[in-house]
Amino acid sequence: MWKTILRRVLLMIPQIIILSLMVFMLAKMMPGDPFTGLVTPQTDPSQLHRLRVEAGFYNPWYVQYRDWVVNMFHGNFGTSYQYHRSVASMIGERAVNTFWLALLTFVLTYLIAIPVGIIAGRYESSWKDNAIQVYTYITLAIPAFVFYLFGIWLFGYVLGWFPTSGSISVSATGMIGKVGSMLYHMILPALLAAILATTSIIQYLRSGIIDNKQEDYVRTARSKGVPERVVFSKHILRNSFLPIAAFIGNNFAVLIGGSVFTETIFSYPGLGQLFISSISSRDYSIITALVLIFGIFTLLGNLISDIILRVVDPRLRIQ
Amino acid sequence: MPDETTHLLDIQHLHTGFRVGDAFYDAVDDINLTLDKNEILAIVGESGSGKSTLATSIIGLHNPKNTRVRGTIAYNGQNLVGLDETAFNKIRGNDIGMIFQDPLSALNPLMRCGDQIAETLKYHTKLNKQERKEHVLAILERVGIPNPKLTYRQYPHELSGGMRQRIIIAIAIACKPPIIIADEPTTALDVTIQAQILDLLEDIEKETGSGIILITHDLGVVAETADRVAVMYSGQIVEEAPVNELFAHPLHPYTRSLLNSMPQLDNVEDKLHVIQGTVPSLKDMQPDGCRFAPRIPWIPASAHEAHPTMHEVGPNHYVRCTCYKTFHFQDALSSVEGGIVNVTD
Repeated sequence: MWKTILRRVLLMIPQIIILSLMVFMLAKMMPGDPFTGLVTPQTDPSQLHRLRVEAGFYNPWYVQYRDWVVNMFHGNFGTSYQYHRSVASMIGERAVNTFWLALLTFVLTYLIAIPVGIIAGRYESSWKDNAIQVYTYITLAIPAFVFYLFGIWLFGYVLGWFPTSGSISVSATGMIGKVGSMLYHMILPALLAAILATTSIIQYLRSGIIDNKQEDYVRTARSKGVPERVVFSKHILRNSFLPIAAFIGNNFAVLIGGSVFTETIFSYPGLGQLFISSISSRDYSIITALVLIFGIFTLLGNLISDIILRVVDPRLRIQ
Repeated sequence: MPDETTHLLDIQHLHTGFRVGDAFYDAVDDINLTLDKNEILAIVGESGSGKSTLATSIIGLHNPKNTRVRGTIAYNGQNLVGLDETAFNKIRGNDIGMIFQDPLSALNPLMRCGDQIAETLKYHTKLNKQERKEHVLAILERVGIPNPKLTYRQYPHELSGGMRQRIIIAIAIACKPPIIIADEPTTALDVTIQAQILDLLEDIEKETGSGIILITHDLGVVAETADRVAVMYSGQIVEEAPVNELFAHPLHPYTRSLLNSMPQLDNVEDKLHVIQGTVPSLKDMQPDGCRFAPRIPWIPASAHEAHPTMHEVGPNHYVRCTCYKTFHFQDALSSVEGGIVNVTD
């Protein structure tokens, strides 16, 4: 087990190197340079040239790449052209918000999807299952932004239950007050994002249960005189969780990286929103850092999925 | 026939119908069959003859929504037909053990082999966890697992086909059930392993005195293991006899055709005999008359009974319909087209 994990982690190193090279190349291909934003009509071209030489702008690409990587290892992701602040600290502030939002979305997703999927699979073709099928078709078909805007309109304006933007109230004080305010701001975006994320999990769980019901080992279990309730929970359900377990790590990585829609529409100050605003203001140092971070999270998500699958499915444990 | 009361299992007028659209069609049609202690009863027939349906009817594993079971299956003073789930769960595994065909798919891939055997004991005995484990280790040893402690902890995918089938047998015999139903237990195995598994079944029957219903389409398996044979065709028993009698004096045209279509090692002929046509589907089965008649069209209709019944033709030897009296193979009269396939083609 530990050997497998170690091998998978070692395998991530070349993946991260390739990813960083691609991000580096893309950044180099983009127009402009770190000093473009500083240029004013009064700027002396020779001074601009000197700044570029100091920053290593004319060095060969591999020297620049090496410097970039070395800086990143020291936590230096460069400076935002737009805000003239350290990229690392800007990302740090927002990563906390995104992390909690992703975690709440993640928990809500499985809290909704697992019981709903079980009901759909267990009572296949009943009115309950049909109602759930309609629900999954709607959540699959509706575009995320339409769904979010509808949610904001209904719960934010019409009912007024939840705030429609921000991550914390300015007036919140004290530990409990701050945490409460953060949670209050997160509930609506997390819930709406979770509802959209449940679709595939419900469908996988449902079809897994329906398939496994027909399996020979379920018949064996019944022939042993095992009560139907136990046949379902111990034999059918455990086997139906396998495809979902394969999803878990991935799903969390997607939530971190895919917060773009949610955070933009809810004006939630997280990584996704920073990503969008950096793109529109061409703040390259932030964009490259974020792309790299999202990429590493995806790799980590796959790693977690692999580990979980190995834990739950003995057939994958050999070697 | 021996005294009615001594039978371990007494099946009378059993009908098992499957729903097709709005109507039920009987895949098992009026079966009368008994099983005694210390007996291996083989049920033979081709695919679609209803032999597996018969087995699942006995152990009550049909989906009640799409299946209708009528008749009586008397076991230990109670009728198993129409028993509710809770009562049936007490019988399954404890009184009737079932051995399935495909040893890989019949085991839960996520459970250790030992735990799958112990699960039977959990619901039928008062043994605690430790006692169950010891019991399982003893059963594993009994079914010929070389290293029971290791295999207890192994998962099905880590075992060979023969070993898996031994695990399945261990599950079926864990509670020493008086009745064991083996549904094609050797079909998925290669020939040497087949022989070992059959030997094991015979040993278990001798040791525990269980009655075993062996469902198979392999006449070689029947000849080797069974005490008594019931030949099924299209949901009905067409011939029933002690094994030696059946192989020595097969009477029903279907039995004779089956035996005739077995390739013989000492036969130099390069032709393989086949039975014309196929088993009719549930919907196409004729409710009355001899069901085998369409497959022996050269036998005149007058040879069949209008309502075929079982005729006692010898000690414990029964045959359905009267067509056996005049039956002859088609190529016995003229050297023929239909009944023969040339293998070298």
